[in-house]
Amino acid sequence: MTVASPTDFEAGSLQPEGWLRYFSFSLDHKVIGLQYLVTGFVFYLIGGALAGVIRTELASPISDFVSRDVYNQILTLHGTVMIFLWIVPVVNGAFGNYLIPFYVGARDMAFPRLNAVAFWLIPPAGILLIGSYFISGGAAQSGWTAYPPLSLTTPALGQVLWILSVLLLGGSSIFGGINFIATILKLRRPGLKLMHLPMYCWAMLGTSLLVVLSTPVLAGTLILLSFDIVAHTGFFNPSLGGNVVVYQHLFWFYSHPAVYIMVLPAFGLVSEILPVHARKPLFGYTTMVYSIMGIVVLGLIVWAHHMFTSGTPPWMRLFFTIATSFIAVPTGIKFFNWLATLWGGRIALNSAMLFSCAFIVNFVFGGITGIALAQVPFDIHVHDTYFVVGHFHYIVYGGTVFVIFSALYHWYPKFTGRLLNEDLGRLHFLLTFLGFNLCFAPQHWLGLNGMPRRVAEYDPAFTTWNQVSSVGALLMAISTLPLLINVILSAYRGQPAGDNPWRALTPEWLTSSPPPVENWVGEAPLVTHPYGYGTPEGQLDLAAASGSELWQASQR
Amino acid sequence: MTSLTPETSTAAGAMALSAHQLDSHGAEHGEGHADVRLFGLATFLIADGMTFAGFFAAYLTFRAVNPLPADATYELELLLPTINTVLLLVSSVTFHRAGRRLMGGDGEGARLWLLVTGALGAAFLAGQMVEYFHLPFGLTDNLYASTFYALTGFHGLHVTLGVICILIVWWQSRQAGRISAANPFGLEAAELYWHFVDGIWVVLYGLLYLL
Amino acid sequence: MTIPSPLITLLLGMGLVLAGLWIGQNVSLLPVDASVNAPVYDDLFRVLFSIGSILFLGIVGLLVYSLVRFRRRAGELGDGVAIEGNLPLEIVWTAIPAIVVLFVGIYSYDIYERMGGMVPLHDHSAMHAAAMAAADASTGDAGPALAVVNAPSDERIWGGIANAGMDAGAALGPPLSVDVTAMQFAFLFHYPDGDFISGELHVPAGRPVELRMKANDVIHAFWVPQFRLKQDVIPGQPTLLSFTATRPGSYPIVCAELCGPYHGGMRSTVVVHEDDDFEAWLTKNRPAPVTVSASRATPFA
Ligand code: HEA
Ligand code: HEA
Ligand code: CUA
Ligand SMILES: [Cu+2]
Repeated sequence: MTVASPTDFEAGSLQPEGWLRYFSFSLDHKVIGLQYLVTGFVFYLIGGALAGVIRTELASPISDFVSRDVYNQILTLHGTVMIFLWIVPVVNGAFGNYLIPFYVGARDMAFPRLNAVAFWLIPPAGILLIGSYFISGGAAQSGWTAYPPLSLTTPALGQVLWILSVLLLGGSSIFGGINFIATILKLRRPGLKLMHLPMYCWAMLGTSLLVVLSTPVLAGTLILLSFDIVAHTGFFNPSLGGNVVVYQHLFWFYSHPAVYIMVLPAFGLVSEILPVHARKPLFGYTTMVYSIMGIVVLGLIVWAHHMFTSGTPPWMRLFFTIATSFIAVPTGIKFFNWLATLWGGRIALNSAMLFSCAFIVNFVFGGITGIALAQVPFDIHVHDTYFVVGHFHYIVYGGTVFVIFSALYHWYPKFTGRLLNEDLGRLHFLLTFLGFNLCFAPQHWLGLNGMPRRVAEYDPAFTTWNQVSSVGALLMAISTLPLLINVILSAYRGQPAGDNPWRALTPEWLTSSPPPVENWVGEAPLVTHPYGYGTPEGQLDLAAASGSELWQASQR
Repeated sequence: MTSLTPETSTAAGAMALSAHQLDSHGAEHGEGHADVRLFGLATFLIADGMTFAGFFAAYLTFRAVNPLPADATYELELLLPTINTVLLLVSSVTFHRAGRRLMGGDGEGARLWLLVTGALGAAFLAGQMVEYFHLPFGLTDNLYASTFYALTGFHGLHVTLGVICILIVWWQSRQAGRISAANPFGLEAAELYWHFVDGIWVVLYGLLYLL
Repeated sequence: MTIPSPLITLLLGMGLVLAGLWIGQNVSLLPVDASVNAPVYDDLFRVLFSIGSILFLGIVGLLVYSLVRFRRRAGELGDGVAIEGNLPLEIVWTAIPAIVVLFVGIYSYDIYERMGGMVPLHDHSAMHAAAMAAADASTGDAGPALAVVNAPSDERIWGGIANAGMDAGAALGPPLSVDVTAMQFAFLFHYPDGDFISGELHVPAGRPVELRMKANDVIHAFWVPQFRLKQDVIPGQPTLLSFTATRPGSYPIVCAELCGPYHGGMRSTVVVHEDDDFEAWLTKNRPAPVTVSASRATPFA
C-alpha cells in the first residue's frame, strides 16, 4: 500500500468546507466523532462547574453555600452529566466513531444515518436534564442512582425529566452500540481478520456488547419507575406492596456494566497510544483480547456488590464478592501487558504518554480500592461513604478522563493536522495530576472515618481534609485552562504535524491528516500488524536504527 | 449509482448520502460489504429482548418474595389468551408464507398473506383489549396487576408496531421495485421482528398465565 | 554489574513485600474500634492494605523505573525490541492475581461469617426451608433460622447481620433487643422491656444487642463507624442488625443512605455504658406512666 501524500488532496479539496457541517446532520463518521467530542467537552465543563459547587459547599462543615435540596440537585446533575453526557459519549461515541471505520478499513460506519440520529439525541437530552434545574421544584434530587422510594417522593417533574433524559441517552448509546458491532464484525475490508484488528476495536466490541445487553434493562426499569411516579403504580413503592430492592437489582444490572462501558474503551485507547510512543509492539495481544472478553462476561454478573447492605441474602453476597474479586484477573493482565509494553521501549515522555502512564497509576489505585470494596465485610463499613466516592473518581477521572486527555494529545494532529503545544500539555498534566490526587486521595480517609456521601453538612472534625480536597478541585478547574488555550490556539497556530507525526502504524495514520471524506484516496490499506514496531532482538543496533527505516521495513 | 464526486461530499451532499449509496460506492472499489441491515436489526432485537428479560426478572422476583395481599384479586382467565397465542403463532406461519411467495416472484400472493398476517395481529390486539376490559383488576390495584399490565402492554405496543410495519410493507410492495424478490429487505425485516414479538409472547404467556 | 539480575529482582521483591507488610501493620487509618467485630474487621483491613500497598508500590515502581530507564534520549530515533509476548510470564501474572483474590475472598468470607453476616435470616433463600419447617411444626421456633433470630413466625426478617458464634451469645447472656424506626430525618429507639422511646441509642458494653429495624418512608442506613457496621433500613422490609459493643463511650450514628434534603443532618449518638450504668439509665428512663422520654428526639438535631 501507499501512504497518500497531502498534495493528492489539495486539488479537489474533498473536505466539505466550513465549520457549519459540525452543526448539521452529517453522516460522515469523522464529523460525528468530533461532534461527540466537542459536545462531550462542553458537558464536562458543565459537570465540572457543578463539581465546583459541590466542593465549595463542602469547604465548610455547615450547609451555607447552597440550600440542602439544591445541593442534592447539584450532585444528581453532576453524576448524571459526567457519566451519561461526558464519559460515555466521548470514549464510545467520539473516539469510536472517529477511529473504528479506519481500523476496519471501511469508509464509514455500517449505519451512518442511525449514527447521526444517535448523536443528535444527545443535545436535547442534555438540555432537558440541565433545563430541569430551572423549572419549579427543580431538578431530580435523588442521586444518579434515583433509588425509590426517595425518587417517588421528591418533586415529580424534575425526576420525570431526568428519566426522559436518561432514556434518550440510553437510546443513543444502544444505537451507537449496534452500529459498532455491525461495523466491526461485518464491515472489515477483505483480508482483515479479527485478530488483526487494533485493540481499540476489541475494546469497543466488548463495550458494545455490554451496551446492547444491559442498557435496555435500565430503560425498562426507568419506564417502570416513571409509571410509579406518574400513574401511581406500585412496582417500587413499598406502601403499595412494591419492592424497592428489585429496582436496585435492575438498576445495577445496567450500571455496573456501565462502569466497564466507561473504562473498556479507555483501555483500548491506551493500548493504541502506548506502543506508538514506546516504539514497541503491544505486549500480549491475544491475552489482551481474551481479557477484554473476560471483563465483559464477569462484568455482567457482579452487579449486587453495590447492594451489600441492602439486605441481600448471604449466598448472594458471597457469590458477588467472589465474582467481583475475579475481575482483578483479566484487568491485571491488561495492566501487566502495558507495563511489559513499556519495558525496553524507546519511550517518548510527551503529554500523551504522561497522561497514559498516570492513568495506570491512578487506575491501579482505584482498582485496588475496588477489590477492597468487593469484600462484603469491608464494604459494610464504607458503603455510601466518601471512600466509595474516592474509589470511583480515581477510576472515572484518574482512569477514563486521563485517557481522554491522553487521546486528545495523541489524535489532535489527526483531527486538525496540527500538533498541540507540548509545554502547555505538560503544564496541563502537572496541574491535573496534582489537583486530582489532592482532591480525591483524602476522600478515602474521610470515608473510613465516618463521612457519608451525598451530604451538604458534616462533622466539623472532617473540615481540614475536605478543604484540602476542595483546593484540589480548584487546581483541577485551573488545569482546564491550559488545555482549552492549547486546543483553541493550536487549531490555528499549532505546529503543522504532517500526516503521521508519531510514525504510527495503525490505519488512521496511513492517510492524510485531516483525512479526506472517504478516509483514503484509493483502496483502504490492509494492516495486519498494527503494532509492528520494534527491532527483532539482536538484529539491529538499537541506538542506530531509525524509526522510519523500521517503519518502512514493516510495511513490506 | 455514480461514485462520489467532490460536489456531493459537501455539507449538503453528505446529508444526501444514504448508507446504501455509500455501500454501492464501496462496491465500485471492489470492497463493498454485504447488506448488514438485517444483522443490525437482529442486534437491536437482542437489546429489545433484554428489556423484556428485565421485566420478566422483576416479575419473577416479585412473585418469589412479595406475597399478594390477602384482599387483592389477581385472577386470569385462560381461554382468551390461549386463543390469542394460537393467533400469533399462526400469524408467524402466514408471514413466512408471504416471504416465500415474494421470493418466488408472486407479489400478489405475498400481499395476500401479508394482509392475513396483519389481520391476525389486529385480532390479537382486539382480543387483548377485550381481556383488559373484563379483568377484575385495574392498573394500580396491586403489584401483580401493575406488572401484568406493564408486561402485556409493552408487548401489545410491539404488536401494534408490527401491524403498522406490515401495512407499510404491504403498501411499499405495491409500488414497483420497492419490495420485491430482488429487494426483499423491508419484508424480511418486518418478518424477523414479527417472529421476535411472537417468541416474546410465548414466554410471556408461559410466565403470566401458566406459571 | 556483578550481582545477577534474578537475585536483584528477588531482593527487590522481598523488600517490597516487607514494606507492604510494614505499611499494613503500622499505618492506621481507621477510627477507634468499639465493637466485638471491629478488631476482626481491622485485621481484614490490614491484610487488604498490605496487599494493596505491595501491588501499588510494585506497579508504580516498575512504571517509574521503565519511564526513566527506557526514556528516549535526545537524538535517539530507534525502536525498542520487538517482543510481542511471553507466555510463561503471562501465565504467571494471571495466576498471581487469581491466587491473591481467591485468598482475599476466602479470608473475607471467614471474617464475614465471624461477624454473623452469613447466618441465614428470614430471607428468600432461607424462606423455603423455614416455611417447610413451619409447616411441620406449625410453631414459630421450628427452623434453626428462626431460632437464631427469635423472630415471631409471622414476621419476616429480610436481611442484615445476626448474632454470630463470635459474639458467644450464650456466654454473654440474652441479647438486648431494641426496635429502631428510621424516618425522615431521625432514628427512634424503642426499648421493649421498658416501653419507652429514646432519640439516642444506649447499650451496655459486652452484651449482644439486636436492633430490629424498620423504615417509615424512604431508605435510610444505620451506620456506626466505630462499630464498623452499616445496614440499610428499607421500608417494607424489617431488618435485623446485631452487635456487641466493647468500649464505653459515645459514638456517632450516621444515616448513610441519601434520604432527602436533611440526610446530612440525620445523625444521632450511641452511648455505650458500663453494665451498671446502663441499668441505671434504663431505670431512669422507664417511667411508669409516661411513655416518651425523648432525650434528643427532635428530628433535626
Ligand atoms: C469506570 C468506572 C469504574 C470501574 C472500572 C470500576 C471498577 C471496579 N469497581 Fe467500582 N465503582 C464505580 C466505577 C467504577 N468501578 C462507581 C461509579 C461506583 C459508585 C456508584 C455509586 O454508588 O454511585 C463504584 C462502586 C463500586 C463498589 C460499590 C461500593 C459501594 O457502594 O459500597 C464496588 C464494590 O465491590 C466496586 C468495585 C469495583 C471493582 C472490584 C472494580 C474492578 O474492575 C477493578 C479491577 C482493577 C484492578 C484490581 C487493578 C488492576 C489489577 C491488577 C494490577 C492485578 C492485581 C490486583 C489484585 C490481585 C487485587 N466499585
Ligand atoms: C463520571 C465522571 C465524573 C467526573 C469526571 C467527576 C469529576 C469530579 N467530581 Fe464527581 N461524581 C461522579 C462522577 C464524576 N465526577 C458521580 C457519578 C458522582 C455520584 C453522584 C451521586 O452521588 O449521585 C459524583 C459525586 C461527586 C462528589 C460527591 C458528592 C456527594 O456525595 O455529596 C464529589 C465531591 O467532592 C465530586 C467531586 C468531583 C470533582 C471535584 C470533579 C472534578 O474532577 C471536576 C474537574 C473539572 C472541572 C473543575 C471543570 C472545570 C471547568 C470550569 C470551572 C469551567 C466553568 C464552567 C462554566 C462557568 C460553565 N463528585
Ligand atoms: Cu436518612 Cu439519610
Ligand atoms: Cu460495580
